[in-house]
Amino acid sequence: MSTVDTGADLGGWQTLRRGLVLSPELTDGIRVTALCAVVASLGQVLTPIAIQQTLDRGLGAETGAGVDVSFTVLMAVAAFVGLLITSAASYLMTARLFRAAERGLATLRIKAFRHLHELPLLTQQTERRGALVSRVTSDVDQVSQFLVFGGLVFVVSIGQMLVGTLVMLWYSWELTIVVWVCFAPLFWSIRFFQRRLSRSYGRVRARVGQMLSAISEPVVGASVVRSYGVQERTQERIDASIASHQQAATKALTFSVVSFSIGGVTAGVANAAVLVIGILLGIAGRLSAGEIVAFMFLVTLFVSPVQIATQVLNDAQNAFAGWRRVIGILSTPADLVDPGDDGVALGVSATGGLDVEFDAVGFAYPGGPPVLHDVALRLPAGARVAVVGGTGSGKSTLAKLLTRLMDPDTGAVRVGGVDLRTVRESSLRRSVVLVPQEGFLFDDTLRANVRYGDLGADDARITTAAEELGLGDWLAGLPAGLDTRVGQRGESLSAGERQLVALLRAHLADPDLLVLDEATSAVDPRLEVRIAAALERLTAGRTSVTIAHRLSTAEAADEVVVMDAGRVVQRGPHAALVTDPDGVYAALYASWVAQRDRPSGESPAPGILAR
Amino acid sequence: MSTAPARGTTVAGFRILGEGIRAEPRVFAVSVVGAVLFGGLTVADAWALGWATEHGITPALRDGEIGTGVLVAIAALFVGIALLRALGVIARRVGAGVMQYRLQAQGRRAVTRRYLALPMSWHQRHPTGQLLSTANSDVEATWGPIAPMPMALGTLAMMVIAVGQMLAADVVLALVGLLVFPAVITANLAFQRRSQGWAMRAQQLRAELSEVAHESFEGAQVVKTLGREPEETARFGAVAHELREANIRLGLLRAVFDPLMSGLPTLGVLLVLLVGVGRVEAGATSPADLVTVCYLLTVVAFPIRSLGWVLGEFPRSVVGHGRVAEVLAATGEMAFGTRRLPTPVRGDAGATLELRGVDYAYPGADTRVLRGIDLTVAPGRTVAVVGATASGKSTLTTLLSRLVDPDAGQVLLDGVDLRDLAPGELARAVAVVPQTAFIFDDTVRGNVTLGLDVADDDVWWALRTAQVDDVVAALDGGLDARLGERGASLSGGQRQRLALARALVRRPRLLVLDDATSAVDPEVEARILAGLRAQVDTTLVVVAYRKATIGLADEVVHLADGVVRERGTHADLVRRSESYARLVNAYEDARDDAREEVRA
Repeated sequence: MSTVDTGADLGGWQTLRRGLVLSPELTDGIRVTALCAVVASLGQVLTPIAIQQTLDRGLGAETGAGVDVSFTVLMAVAAFVGLLITSAASYLMTARLFRAAERGLATLRIKAFRHLHELPLLTQQTERRGALVSRVTSDVDQVSQFLVFGGLVFVVSIGQMLVGTLVMLWYSWELTIVVWVCFAPLFWSIRFFQRRLSRSYGRVRARVGQMLSAISEPVVGASVVRSYGVQERTQERIDASIASHQQAATKALTFSVVSFSIGGVTAGVANAAVLVIGILLGIAGRLSAGEIVAFMFLVTLFVSPVQIATQVLNDAQNAFAGWRRVIGILSTPADLVDPGDDGVALGVSATGGLDVEFDAVGFAYPGGPPVLHDVALRLPAGARVAVVGGTGSGKSTLAKLLTRLMDPDTGAVRVGGVDLRTVRESSLRRSVVLVPQEGFLFDDTLRANVRYGDLGADDARITTAAEELGLGDWLAGLPAGLDTRVGQRGESLSAGERQLVALLRAHLADPDLLVLDEATSAVDPRLEVRIAAALERLTAGRTSVTIAHRLSTAEAADEVVVMDAGRVVQRGPHAALVTDPDGVYAALYASWVAQRDRPSGESPAPGILAR
Repeated sequence: MSTAPARGTTVAGFRILGEGIRAEPRVFAVSVVGAVLFGGLTVADAWALGWATEHGITPALRDGEIGTGVLVAIAALFVGIALLRALGVIARRVGAGVMQYRLQAQGRRAVTRRYLALPMSWHQRHPTGQLLSTANSDVEATWGPIAPMPMALGTLAMMVIAVGQMLAADVVLALVGLLVFPAVITANLAFQRRSQGWAMRAQQLRAELSEVAHESFEGAQVVKTLGREPEETARFGAVAHELREANIRLGLLRAVFDPLMSGLPTLGVLLVLLVGVGRVEAGATSPADLVTVCYLLTVVAFPIRSLGWVLGEFPRSVVGHGRVAEVLAATGEMAFGTRRLPTPVRGDAGATLELRGVDYAYPGADTRVLRGIDLTVAPGRTVAVVGATASGKSTLTTLLSRLVDPDAGQVLLDGVDLRDLAPGELARAVAVVPQTAFIFDDTVRGNVTLGLDVADDDVWWALRTAQVDDVVAALDGGLDARLGERGASLSGGQRQRLALARALVRRPRLLVLDDATSAVDPEVEARILAGLRAQVDTTLVVVAYRKATIGLADEVVHLADGVVRERGTHADLVRRSESYARLVNAYEDARDDAREEVRA
C-alpha cells in the first residue's frame, strides 16, 4: 500500500473502541465524571421542582391557603443549596471531560505524527502535505468538540429514554407500545441515516485536507506562481477547493438537520397517536382523562432524550469522520518495520567502515515497471565507490535501498553482513547516512540545521567540521555565521548553499557508511573539487558510495559501478573501465570529457546518456 | 486589536456578528424566522394539548363516544404543529449553517487572495503551516458564534415579552428579578477577560502545531535518513502539550461559565421569591403576581442560556478574526504600473535586458548581495552568469522575474522599468527556470501550460526541446498523467526538464535559466541547449558552471561577491582572469594535480 489509510471502512463502534485504546486518558476516571453528570442532571430537575413547590405550596397558589413564609424560605434555601451542588457537579463534569479529552487527543495527535514519520518514504511522498497536516490538526480538533459535549450526554440520554419507557409502562402498556411503534421506524432508520452522515462528514474532512493542500501548494511554490503570473489560475483552483468544502459541509449539515427534524415530526405523530388511541382506550374505560394527559407529559420525557441522542449521534458522525482519519494513520502499516530491541546493531569491521552487499536485488515502484533487476554487488568495507549511469538507470533507487528508505521486492541488501531489515532502526540511522540532492533545511538557524546531524555538536565542533570539508571560508563569509536564519525549507540560501549545509550535517553525523546522491550538483566546480578532496580524506575509515553525473568523482573512486537500465553492467576502477572501448563507461567518460573541456554549443554525438 | 480588554472582546464579538449579518442578510433572516417559528410552536404544543383536552378527552370520556372528525382534527393538529416546527428547525439550523459556511468560504477566499498577492519577502517570514492554520482554523473560529446566534435572536422576542409582562405584574419584583441581567453581563465580562488570553494562545499554538507538522512532513526524508523521528516527535509533542494546556484552561473557564449562565436565572427566581414573600405578607403584591414574575424569570432563562452559547464563542472568534485581519491588512505587495512592452515584430523575438546600478540586500540583512550591477543583453543574445556558490547569481535571477525589486537602480526590459509594467505583462515576456524545480500536483499538461491556452503539439514541442518528451510518452496517460505533489514520482533531472518545458511553451522573449539543468546528464543538457539556440530567438541568460553551457554564451559575466568582476567571452576571461579560470577549470586542475601527484 502506498497511501495512508483513511479509516473510511471503520464502523462507528470500531472507531470508538480503537480510539479509546489509542487514548486511554479518555476513560480515566470516567466513573467519577459520570457521577458528576448524574448529579448535575438530577439537579437540573430538582431545583425547578423545589421552586415549583414553593410557588404552589409556600405561596398558596394551589392550595389557596395564603402565604407560608417559613416554608418558602426553607424551600428557597434548599433550592439554593441544590443549585450550588449541581453547579459544582456540572463544573467538575465539564472540567474533567475537558482534561480527559484534551489529554487523550494530545496523545493521539502525537502518536499519529510519530507514525507518519515511520511510514515508508514512498507513502509519505504520495500523500499531500496539507492533507497530512489536517489529520494531526483540525481532524483531531473535531473529535475534541464531540468528546467534551457529546459522549456523556449520549449515555445520559439513553438512560433517560429507558427510565421514560419504564414510567410509561407503569401508566399504560398499550400507549407505551403505541409510542414505540411510532418511534420504531425512526430507530430503524438511524442506521441508514448514520451511514449516510458518516459518508457525508467523511467527505467534509477529506475536503478540508484537499483544501489545505490546494492552499499550501502555491504558498510553497510562491516563486513559480509569481514569476509565471499564474495567480488567477491558482486562485481558481483554491476557490474550487474552498467551494467544494463548503458544498460538502452544507450538505452534511442539511442532512443532519433533516434527520434530526424527522425525530421531531415523529414526536408529533406519537403525540397524535397517543391522544387518539388514549381517547379510544378511555372510552373503553381503561384510562382516565387525567391519565391520558399525564401520559402526554411522559411522552415528552421520552422524546427529548431521543432528540438529544439523535443530535449527539449526528455530531458523533462528524467527530468520527475526523477520528477515523487519525486512527487510519495508525492503521497504515509501517512497511519498513523496525525490529526494535530484537534488531541487530551494526558493527564496524576491523578495517573501518561497513561492507555492502546487494544480493539479487529487484525493485519496482508501486504500479510501475521494475527499475532494478537482479542487482548483485559486493563492496568491501572502507571502499570509495562511485555509481554512475544515465538518468533512469536506477542509481538513486540503489541509494534509497542502501539506506533503507525502501525495502527491495526481491533479494536482500546487507550492510556489515546483516540484512538491513533486521537492523535496529536507531543503529541503522547512526551508521548509515544519505545526503540527497535536495537536502531539506528547517526554518531555523544554520547551527540548528547542522546540528541535526549531531545534536551534541557545539560551535567549535561545527566550525572544525566546516574547515575539514573545505567550507571554512564559506561559513566565515556569512554575515551572521552560524546564527544565519536559513528561511523556510532553507530558501534564504541558494541551492548550492543548501547542499553545503546538508553535507556538513552528514559529516557531523559521522556515519560508517556515507551515501551521497548528487550531493554537490549545485555547488560551483571549484568548491566541488575542494569538497571532493576533503571527502576523500574524511571517508578514510568509512565506506562511501557516491552517485554523480560529474565523472571527476568516478576518477577518484576506488571502484566504479556502472548502471544501465536497472542492471550493473560494469564495475572496476576507473583506469580499467575507461580502457574498454565497447563498455558503457568509456562512452560516458568520453561524453563527460567533451562536456568538461569543450566550451562550445555544438551537440556532441548522442551516446548512452541520450535515453 | 487582539490585546483589547474584555469589554472590547464583547463589543468586537458583536461587531464581527454584525459584519456577518451585513454580508448575508437574507440567509440570516430565514434563519431567525425559523428560530421564531420554532419558539412559537413550542408554546403551541401546550395550547394544542389544552384544546385536545377540552374538545376531545373530556367530552369523549364523559359521553363514552367521539366523532371521527374530532380525532382527525386532534391528530392533524399535533402532526401539523410538529411539521411546522420541523420546518422552523430546518430553516434556523440550515440557514445558520449556510451562513456560517458562506462566510467561511468568503474569508478563505479573501485570505488566500492575500497569500497570492503578498510578496516573497512576506512569505519568507510566514511559515506555510501557519498560513494554513489561518485559512482553516482562524477563519472557522471567526464565524463560530454564527451557529448558535439565530436561536439567541429568535428567543430575544420571548425575553422582551417576558420582561414586559414582569414589569406589568409587579415593578419592584420585576426589578429585583432583572438584577439577573447585570449579573449575567458581569459574569460574561469576567469570562471574556479571562478567556481571551488563553484563546489567543490556543489559536497561536494551533498555527504553530500546523507549522511544525507541515515542515516536518516536508522534511520527512531528512528526518528519516538521520533517524530524527524521536526529536521531531518531541518538537511536535511540545506544542501539542502546550495546546492541550491552553485548551484545558479554556475548558475550565467554560466549566465555570456554563453553569453560571444557567444558574443565575434560578438564583434570580429565588431572590424574587424571598423578596416577594415579604411583599405578599405586607400586602404590597398578590401571590399570583409573585408567581407570574417567578415563572417569567424561568422563561427568560432560556434566551439567556442561548445568548451564553453565543458569548462563549466570542473569545475564539475575536482572536481568529484578529489573525485573519492581520493577513488581510498585510501590505508590501508589489505595485504595478500600466505600461505595456513594445510589440515585437515576431512574437518570440528576443527582448533587450538592461540592469542599471542595481543594488539588493535581503530584508533585515546589512550586507548587500548585489552591488552596482550594470548589464546589458541585446535581443537574441546569450549571456552566461558565472560565479562561485553564494556570489549572488540566484538573487540576480529573482530580480529579472521581479520576485523582488532592487533597492537601488533599475531593471529594464525593452527600455521599460519592470516596476512600470502592467500586471501580467512581465510574465508574458519573461520566464525563469529556477534551480529547484517546483512541480504542481497536476497532470503533465497542467504543469507545462499552467493554464495557458496552448495546443498539445506545442506542449510536445516544449517537452521535446527540454529532452523530456520520451519520459512523458512513457508515463501512463502521457500528457494526462498526474505527477503527485512536488512531482514525487519524477527524478530530480526529470523535474528540472519539465520546469524547462514550462518556460519554453510560453515562447518567452527573455529566458533565464538558473543552473536549471544541474541534475540533468551533461550530454542531455548539451542537446537541450543546442536545441534551444537553434529553435528560439529568445534572449537567454544562463547561470551555469559547465563549460559546455558557458561556451554557448556570446558573453560571460563573472560575478564575485555581489559585483560584476569581469565580462567578456569565455576564452577572453580564462586568459584575463585568474579567479575565473580557477573556477571554471577546477575539474581539469584537479585532474592535473592528481596526475602530478602520481608522477611525483
